[in-house]
Amino acid sequence: MFAGIDVGSLVTKAVVLRDGKVAGYSIISSRTNPRKAGEQALEKAITNANCKREDIKCIVATGYGRSSFSFADKTVTELTCHATGAHYLNTEIRTVIDIGGQDSKVIKLDESGKMSDFAMNDKCAAGTGRFLEVMAQALEVGLDSMGEFSLKSDKPCSLSSICTVFAETEVISLIASGAKKKDIVAGLHMSIARRVGSMAKGLGLQKEIAFTGGVAKNSGVRSAFEEFLSVKFAPISEDPQIIGALGAALVASKF
Amino acid sequence: MAEYTKMWEDIGLDLKRHDTLLEALGKIYGDVYMTQTNRPKGMEYFDFVVSEVHGLRIKELMEHKEKGGKVVGTFCVYVPDEIITAAGGISVGLCGGAQFSIPDAETILPTNLCPLIKSAVGFKLGKICPYFEAADFLAGETTCDGKKKAWEILDNYIPTYIMEVPQKKDAIDRELYLKEIKAFKEKMEKEAGVTITPEVLGEKIKLMNARRKALERLYELRKSSPLPISGKDACLISQIAFYDDPVRFTSKVNELCDELEKRVKNGKGVIEPTAPRILVSGCPMAVPNWKLHHIVETSGATIVCEETCTGTRYFDTPVVDETPTDIDGQLKAIADRYLNIKCSCFTPNDDRIDQIIQFAKDYHADGVIYYTLQFCLTYNVEYEKVKRALDKEGIPLLKIETDYSEEDTGQLKTRIEGFLERIS
Amino acid sequence: MEGEREMWKAQGIDLKRNDEFLEAAGKIYGDVYMKQPNRPKGMGFFDFVMSEVHSIRPKEMIDHREKGGKVVGTFCVYVPDEIIFAANGIGVGLCCGSDFSFIDAEDILPTNLCPLIKSGMGFKKGMLSPYFEACDFIVGETTCDGKKKVWEIFDNYIPTYIMEVPQKKDPKQRELWLKEVELFKEKMEKESGVTITPEVLGEKIKLINARRKALERLYELRKSSPLPISGKDALLVSQIAFYDDPVRFTSKTNELCDELEERVKNGEGVVEPTAPRILVSGCPMVIPNWKLHHIVETSGAIVACEETCTGTRYFDTPIVDETPTDIDGQLKAIADRYLNIKCSCFTPNDDRIDQIIKFARDYRADGVIYYTLQFCLTYNVEYEKVKRALNKEGIPLLRIETDYSEEDTGQLKTRIEGFLERIS
Repeated sequence: MFAGIDVGSLVTKAVVLRDGKVAGYSIISSRTNPRKAGEQALEKAITNANCKREDIKCIVATGYGRSSFSFADKTVTELTCHATGAHYLNTEIRTVIDIGGQDSKVIKLDESGKMSDFAMNDKCAAGTGRFLEVMAQALEVGLDSMGEFSLKSDKPCSLSSICTVFAETEVISLIASGAKKKDIVAGLHMSIARRVGSMAKGLGLQKEIAFTGGVAKNSGVRSAFEEFLSVKFAPISEDPQIIGALGAALVASKF
Repeated sequence: MAEYTKMWEDIGLDLKRHDTLLEALGKIYGDVYMTQTNRPKGMEYFDFVVSEVHGLRIKELMEHKEKGGKVVGTFCVYVPDEIITAAGGISVGLCGGAQFSIPDAETILPTNLCPLIKSAVGFKLGKICPYFEAADFLAGETTCDGKKKAWEILDNYIPTYIMEVPQKKDAIDRELYLKEIKAFKEKMEKEAGVTITPEVLGEKIKLMNARRKALERLYELRKSSPLPISGKDACLISQIAFYDDPVRFTSKVNELCDELEKRVKNGKGVIEPTAPRILVSGCPMAVPNWKLHHIVETSGATIVCEETCTGTRYFDTPVVDETPTDIDGQLKAIADRYLNIKCSCFTPNDDRIDQIIQFAKDYHADGVIYYTLQFCLTYNVEYEKVKRALDKEGIPLLKIETDYSEEDTGQLKTRIEGFLERIS
Repeated sequence: MEGEREMWKAQGIDLKRNDEFLEAAGKIYGDVYMKQPNRPKGMGFFDFVMSEVHSIRPKEMIDHREKGGKVVGTFCVYVPDEIIFAANGIGVGLCCGSDFSFIDAEDILPTNLCPLIKSGMGFKKGMLSPYFEACDFIVGETTCDGKKKVWEIFDNYIPTYIMEVPQKKDPKQRELWLKEVELFKEKMEKESGVTITPEVLGEKIKLINARRKALERLYELRKSSPLPISGKDALLVSQIAFYDDPVRFTSKTNELCDELEERVKNGEGVVEPTAPRILVSGCPMVIPNWKLHHIVETSGAIVACEETCTGTRYFDTPIVDETPTDIDGQLKAIADRYLNIKCSCFTPNDDRIDQIIKFARDYRADGVIYYTLQFCLTYNVEYEKVKRALNKEGIPLLRIETDYSEEDTGQLKTRIEGFLERIS
């Protein structure tokens, strides 16, 4: 059996593979201590997979905190892991858009599932999970319910800010001016789609396209992307948030 | 504007996005311009031009092309319109003032680039601007790093010719620029298949000088108190100068000036004489970039002059010397006049600083707003020298660095209102 | 060095901050350089130079001035050292590689400015660099908007002379540049009171050519596999070339090359031959900016070549023609050689793109990292053309735009490791 740990800036994910299939996984907050979060996530995934630590032959760590997880046999970047994970679930995938806590990435894959090119945001929280988190707080809306909330909007607000700090101010002034929260949320989602979508266009968008990372669970951002890029995302059969950890586990199985 | 749909389709515009743009433009224009009170009647023509911005003028350009004439797109006050028109061409200052097209450009240009360049390249890439599509080629220059290098990329989408504007104003630089002017004349002759004669060139020099004089007359009137025209309206006229037919434009501006002269005589203004008068100095504002003017003029102040490329730098005296009657003499007169423009791309550029101080006095400005587009290095760095000089003169100064987005409007309003409180 | 504190004090250096800087730089040097395994013995000289970076060389400069010689600070590979040395001067590339001095410049410069310029201005204004304080004057150029305009501000703190580097390479620009080189010779003669004779100039042409040849020899050796020297060490040698005594530097570099030749002969390398080889292309890296090289070389790869101003652009062939024996011919040879440098300040600059492709092959690079300093517009915009060309050739390319801070190190590491995963 093999395990992959994806130590993100906000959330840590672990996947345990048995016979090339997902046997168990876990998603926990990594906020306090990335080192401990890695171990806890691994333990939890092992429990969920109904196996023991000794059964794991190889562990690959990925994500922002990959080097702080000392039990890893190898570290690989989340770029390779998202490509590998997405290819495993659907061999037709040629582009992966991954939005995590502090990074947004667009990854191109060749037919064998190998990463062939990528683009990442610059050092700025614009267009990341952290951006949404800040806005959810400003709006007093649950982060998890933003997606459904925005889908009810028929007139999304136009938000000009991509900067997290400015956007927060803009959101607050929109609330003050009486704009509906669902319209503001829909506007925020469009702003992310434009930001990351432009990056994807710059890299050259090839079908099929998968959307992974924690933000991919937000149906509002998904549909904003689909509108902006005029594409439909390919369905993937696992939780989009664990694709990086899944990829890491797959890398471990070939190591 | 349904009657133009076919024309837009024929020249290859992305109709859906173009519609969105026009709709947005109409709305902004309504909010910014039509809400003003006490406007001169002569502004009706310019309102009409804006309402036909992608219609009638484009139709004229297309008709000109059908008759074999050339349309040349430009971006900078250093490209001599005299030569373009003498070769039977029409010169149009291209679109580069809207946030709308910036995401298109960011797929091939760095984000840390001035919004004017990104906006323009985006208009071409996204096929959103009919002026770009009507142009046979572009005449770019080397007045900043961003444009200089972006031309090379734009050349993949539309033929782009580059004139070198030197970086100092010594004798060798004047020589180089004169040679560039001559090379541009040859380029225009080749493209248009005509030979530029001294007669025609002399005529076009007079034509462009007349346009300059009309604008100068307008700006002279802005020295009066109470002010007969808003800064927004004057700014619009300067912007329209870049793409309207020069003969018609000049006559309409002079008509407006006749009206404004009467206002001045009668002591009639657009705003009470106590409103703070602001001199704006810095980067160009391309249509529909009315952001700064709108904030200033909805905060109780008014703008009396723009020391910018879409302001005094466009028509600044001396005009081209009309006395030479041979081509060499005419080209030298053109080169001399253009190289006299005080752009921050030159080092040093101290004449500009003297001029700002002079303007602040002539236009009775209560304060100067130094306006720069984000990432415009030359104007941004030159600020430090301007600041030292204006501090010494005791002229209040506020620096605003911004782009085309609305995200900083609230912050800008606070800073500008604070500045007005400070100077009043 | 004994007496260094007295020297700094006499120079007016801010001693407290100088101590802080030297301590921080020493720590970085220890972390980045001294932990490398298997370094060539010949690097001992360069380690020594670094350990005395603010002491021995500034002392030599002060001594040179006491004997009546001039010390001239420069920032760019377009300022001809031949002429400075021929007028009994010392040319020294100035400090601008650390964010330590930003705080001293930020009150007079815009934030959106390249870190190299901000750092240089800060070192001067904050009295942090014994090199700046040892200079009689500095020679700037017009290779980018940022520097061009900041020289004007520099001039308030230290006399600053500006050479105009043109923006195209046509015959009329070559003429302008030759004239600028001639004027610079006159300037140096006037400053130093020395008349530059063909004999002395010929000698100095040979001297600077010898430095170029030594560096070329070093870079030739980096084409071998396994690599006999790390990218970090080679970069350091290039960086030190800008300020060390040219005779000593050339001899020490040649000694190092003798050792490296032995290594190549014995198949001895600093990393296993399977480590991915990276060509770095783009902006200069000034001491102590070893950020990119350090990340690459602690991620299992190695830098095989720098197509940068602190790399091939500094010594790039052809060298100055040594055959002319008269001043005019020599100055023309100098002008020709310098104008051949492939900087993105020119439009077009397609030779550079061909050269990147050639270097990628010659240095057996597995991939190219396009490195730009934040807000360096010319290199940032030129990326798009490089990308198109390299994509066509199938050469993997990663773009990194960064400044001198450490805040993006984690993210850069992910990008670079991802790139290495992609190309391996």
